[in-house]
Amino acid sequence: MSAAQQALVRLPAWRARFVLGLLLAGFGALIARAVYLQAVKTDFLQEKGDARYSRVIEVPATRGRVVDRHGDALAVSTPVKSIWAIPGDVDLTAAQAKKLAELLALEGAELRRRLDPARDFVFLKRQVAPETADAIAALGLKGVYQQREFRRYYPAGEVTAHLIGFTGIDEVGQEGVELAFQGHLGGKPGSRRVIKDRLGRIVEDVESIRSAQDGRDLALSIDAKLQSLAFGALKAAVEQHRARAGALIALDVRSGEILALANVPSFNPNNRTRLSGAQLRNRVITDLFEPGSTLKPFTVALALESGKVEPSTTVATAPGRLTIANFTIRDVHPAAAMTVSQVLQKSSNVGSAKLALAMPGEAMWDLYVRLGFGEAPQLGFPGAAAGRVRHHRQWRPIEQATMAYGHGISVSLVQLARAYTVFARDGELVPLTLVRSPGEAAGEKVLSAATARAVRDMLELAVQPGGTGPRARIVGWRVAGKTGTAHKLVDGAYAPDRYLASFVGFAPASAPRLVLAVMIDEPAAGQHYGGAVAAPVFAQVMQGALRLLGVPHDAPLMPLAIPGESDEAKEST
Amino acid sequence: MAKLNLLLLAVLVACALGLVTSQHKARKLFSDLEREHNRARELDIEHGQLQLEASTWGLPGRVERMASSALGMKAPDARRVRLVGPAP
Repeated sequence: MSAAQQALVRLPAWRARFVLGLLLAGFGALIARAVYLQAVKTDFLQEKGDARYSRVIEVPATRGRVVDRHGDALAVSTPVKSIWAIPGDVDLTAAQAKKLAELLALEGAELRRRLDPARDFVFLKRQVAPETADAIAALGLKGVYQQREFRRYYPAGEVTAHLIGFTGIDEVGQEGVELAFQGHLGGKPGSRRVIKDRLGRIVEDVESIRSAQDGRDLALSIDAKLQSLAFGALKAAVEQHRARAGALIALDVRSGEILALANVPSFNPNNRTRLSGAQLRNRVITDLFEPGSTLKPFTVALALESGKVEPSTTVATAPGRLTIANFTIRDVHPAAAMTVSQVLQKSSNVGSAKLALAMPGEAMWDLYVRLGFGEAPQLGFPGAAAGRVRHHRQWRPIEQATMAYGHGISVSLVQLARAYTVFARDGELVPLTLVRSPGEAAGEKVLSAATARAVRDMLELAVQPGGTGPRARIVGWRVAGKTGTAHKLVDGAYAPDRYLASFVGFAPASAPRLVLAVMIDEPAAGQHYGGAVAAPVFAQVMQGALRLLGVPHDAPLMPLAIPGESDEAKEST
Repeated sequence: MAKLNLLLLAVLVACALGLVTSQHKARKLFSDLEREHNRARELDIEHGQLQLEASTWGLPGRVERMASSALGMKAPDARRVRLVGPAP
């Protein structure tokens, strides 16, 4: 018994140590594991834990709307659905495939091609209408999903196409205002971390990683009614004269706001398939042309400003030709002598050339530069053309003479219209803007008020019977303006039978409110004079615009006599 | 001493329950806020769609067409316009 007891008590010492060792080793293993998990793998595990309940969700930002000066929508983003699929999961019956292809307006073969099982992800169709998306959702197809996206709509369609431009499929501006004001309109999507419960409801906002910034709305200076009127008139004129293109711009003289900007041919920004470059061109801003006679008023203004001549001073223009270094300048209506007023009224090339040659080239160059020619207008508009005014030191006398009537210099229509604000504003050049900003804009003095008024009176004469632009007159308001009929430059030479007909003017002449410039490219239906092609568009749009703006009449409401052939002076530039 | 401990225990329990309720309320309010945010967004989108619709129906070209075809209206001739100036 005692031996047995002794045997029980006296265990070998190594067993106790062994057990102790095992326990220690167990603890050691636990500690090591804890250190491993807590210190080495902690990031990974934290991440896995978060992934169970915490989610980073995208906070969408909407693109700002573009509205006109009265708040009518010109571009609005609205949600549409994109249909996408995981081809490996899609298993369609023949009837389902047929129905789906029908709803997506795809060929059956095309649908099968897109659902190639080798691909992981495929867009079946982007930006479908909500009704179609709902119909597809109702089919309950496996592996076919929908995603909400925004699409930009342009209610005015082709009327404002060039002006507003458009955005790409990812809602980033690509043309026009959409591109120029991308920073203002574009929203910045944000993201935040949230905790979701079992049912997917958000129960707690953990942190905002980036706050979403919606794009801001933009009110343009455009008047949608005037824009529509201008586009309609321009389009009708381009069709009537079978012209290649047309462009028009209307400016508010006081505020420098662009009220209308139209281009023909146009396109539908809501459906941009098969677009050609000609349709996309914003001719008002990006196209340069030799302005022709519409530049003569500046030559006359400079001559008046120099003090050498007065409106009634006579200029010898006999015999209606002027030859400088084997280049001959001609007049359509040769006369022995004309007053300075008549030079403008009859649009005499010889007269303007003589006036120009009496002045230093530097003064002309200086005036052109101060009028903003040769410098892109500060509109932020993509592709705004600067135009070309060569430095006066490089001028030859013949160039100085031709520049006096608008050849050898290139400008854009927007530059030309802006330059005319100096006559409309008593000598001040107004900065232009596309953003609604009513109120008087501060102009920059270019000519003296007396000179501007004198030229204004002459320009009013130019649209009276006997001038080049009697068709620009309208009932109830006095207008003033200048026609232009320039030969087009084709491969470095003036084409004898291709013209650019233009008209730039303003009204009411007693206190100008609007400047309007019209340009018709290559009229081909018989008539090509600015007075016959562009001036009627001017009259139509100007009359509607003055009525829309509620400008008081400054002339009696008497019907105008249609000018006869003999009342209308022709011009060759 | 024991009384104070009991009191503190009671306060602790009350605080703990308070914390639980307030957290629950916070989550509830947060989900309400979330719902209202979504509603605001939906309404904004609807506003945009209505604006779009208003613009489309009110296109100057369409109004003019309707005025001339459906209502038989036309711009008056210059001879038929009388100007009324402000009273002297």
